[in-house]
Amino acid sequence: MSEIILEARHIRKKFQDPVTIEVLNDINFSINKGDFVSITGKSGCGKSTLLYILSTMDTSYEGEVLIEQDSTANKKEKQLARIRNEKIGFVFQFHYLLNEFTVLKNVMLPGLKLNNYSQSEVEHRAMERLKMLGIEALATKKANKLSGGEKQRVAIARALINDPKIIMGDEPTGNLDKKNSEIVFDIFKQLAEEYRQTLLIVTHDQGFAQKTQRIIEMEDGKIIH
Amino acid sequence: MIAQALLLARWKQTLVAAIGVTFSITMFITLLSFMTGLNKLLDGLVLNRTPHVRLYNEIKPSKKQPINEIPSFKNSYNFIESIKASSSRQQIYNSGAIMQAIRKDKRVVGFAPKIITQVFFNEGMVDIAAAVNGIDAKAENELFHFNEYITEGNAMDLKNIANSIILGKALADKLLVSIGDVVQVTSTEGDRFSLKVVGFFESGLQEFDKTQSFASINTTQKILGEPNSYVTDIQIKLNNMGQAPEVAREYATLFQCEAEDIQTANAQFETGNFIRTLISYSVGITLLIVAGFGIYNILNMMIYEKMDSIAILKATGFSGWDVNKIFLLIALTIGFFGGFAGLIFGFLLSSAIGQIPFNTSALPTIKTYPINYDPAFYVIGVSFSLITTYLAGLFPARKASKIDPVLIIRGK
Repeated sequence: MSEIILEARHIRKKFQDPVTIEVLNDINFSINKGDFVSITGKSGCGKSTLLYILSTMDTSYEGEVLIEQDSTANKKEKQLARIRNEKIGFVFQFHYLLNEFTVLKNVMLPGLKLNNYSQSEVEHRAMERLKMLGIEALATKKANKLSGGEKQRVAIARALINDPKIIMGDEPTGNLDKKNSEIVFDIFKQLAEEYRQTLLIVTHDQGFAQKTQRIIEMEDGKIIH
Repeated sequence: MIAQALLLARWKQTLVAAIGVTFSITMFITLLSFMTGLNKLLDGLVLNRTPHVRLYNEIKPSKKQPINEIPSFKNSYNFIESIKASSSRQQIYNSGAIMQAIRKDKRVVGFAPKIITQVFFNEGMVDIAAAVNGIDAKAENELFHFNEYITEGNAMDLKNIANSIILGKALADKLLVSIGDVVQVTSTEGDRFSLKVVGFFESGLQEFDKTQSFASINTTQKILGEPNSYVTDIQIKLNNMGQAPEVAREYATLFQCEAEDIQTANAQFETGNFIRTLISYSVGITLLIVAGFGIYNILNMMIYEKMDSIAILKATGFSGWDVNKIFLLIALTIGFFGGFAGLIFGFLLSSAIGQIPFNTSALPTIKTYPINYDPAFYVIGVSFSLITTYLAGLFPARKASKIDPVLIIRGK
């Protein structure tokens, strides 16, 4: 009954520097709509590498990634950029906000790029998301005037602007203290439960992973659990 | 929008880059305006006064020597020594008909008949040899800006006052005469005339002024004792100077006289012009290229600084081409505004130079530095600034578009 949002088929990746190391070895899994999944594992087990392959940003691998049953193989750079824009929201360890812009503009940027809504609509949607995350008061501030936890929340709002099919996170709490980590986790949980937002989070924080619905544990390029 | 934000974020660097472009365009415009202004002035010195085609008769031996006409020697090569010119007239034969024909030619703007003859100015016991140019003052004014060289008096007085003459300033100084005085001249035939001085002229060439004077055609004909049809030169001005050699050849055969074109008469001026223009262009372009490198550097630095921003833009759905566009837009914005400011400053600077007094005895009618406000320089300036900044932006932009977001994001 549940539809598959993201599917990985026989993903392999090798680094050839200086000797061939197999980073990912035959990864297969799928994520359904509304799943809150975490990928954990030790540093260097390939979990981040896997995430970037799934995100379509890394294109040098063997196997196939399907987003909404649509293969991303053989797609051009421009088409992949469109997929990322439309279907994937990103939250990284570092916030990657553009310091030159206000918080609101930062959130609006992917929405303006998508160009499905007019500028005023995008602005309205951005404000909605900031409100949802309780940071609407910061909208007119410059991005570099914010605290670390606030920045990460703005980054989440930015990830949500285009109603993505899936939100991918790479250690989203890695740079945050305990209190802010909890806030960010609560946001993710709220998104998953209230909005049936699909989430795929890479983390080495076991406490964080334990609280998610499903844990994918990796070791030496393989899924072990 | 992003380009604008990045420009504003690094506004100091942007300003420096734009100032570089502004400076080079300013110098480009100023240099070209000034150089071509000078060119035009120098052209005016000689070329304006020089007819595009000059018809005249030269005293020279006949090409047809009698021996070549004798049937028995006709086919042999005859060596003849000590040929002398015989009974040649300097007059252009049938000048009235020639002038009629020239008037009908569509390529011709106008023409001015002229008589050149040598006379002696009698100053007490001393005779000073000089040339009298018999001219049609009206045609001469219209075609060859004759009145521009008249420093005192009026060129039209030649026509209006009978037996009048305009002397070169240097010649007048030698003769110790001023306007209204009468000078005595002796023609080469020995006839004496009294002529009233109605003006002085300064050509800018001192030697020329020492030996030249102007009178009306009628007066000159009277001095020479020749009839009304007597004309030694016909000066022709064409619509298109480039046609001069062609027209000269055509007229030479058509009218059976010598025809000299301006290119042959003043070849060195063309060369001088060309070199000066070449120098101005190359200096201007060099400045622009230097400015281009400045922009290149600044964009490169901007890309290193903004790696993170580029990475997140790409992660959130901007393609390489979008990033490329952003940086090209930055470069072109710098080029456009820098270039535009350059045009304004170039105009201001060249008009400032145009206000500087420039008095030289060689150029009596010029009071300030000559400036040529040709809009073509402004068009060229802006296009150059856009082209160089585009090229300067091209490589950094391509580099930015190739940034791999994974490497940047994972590197943190």
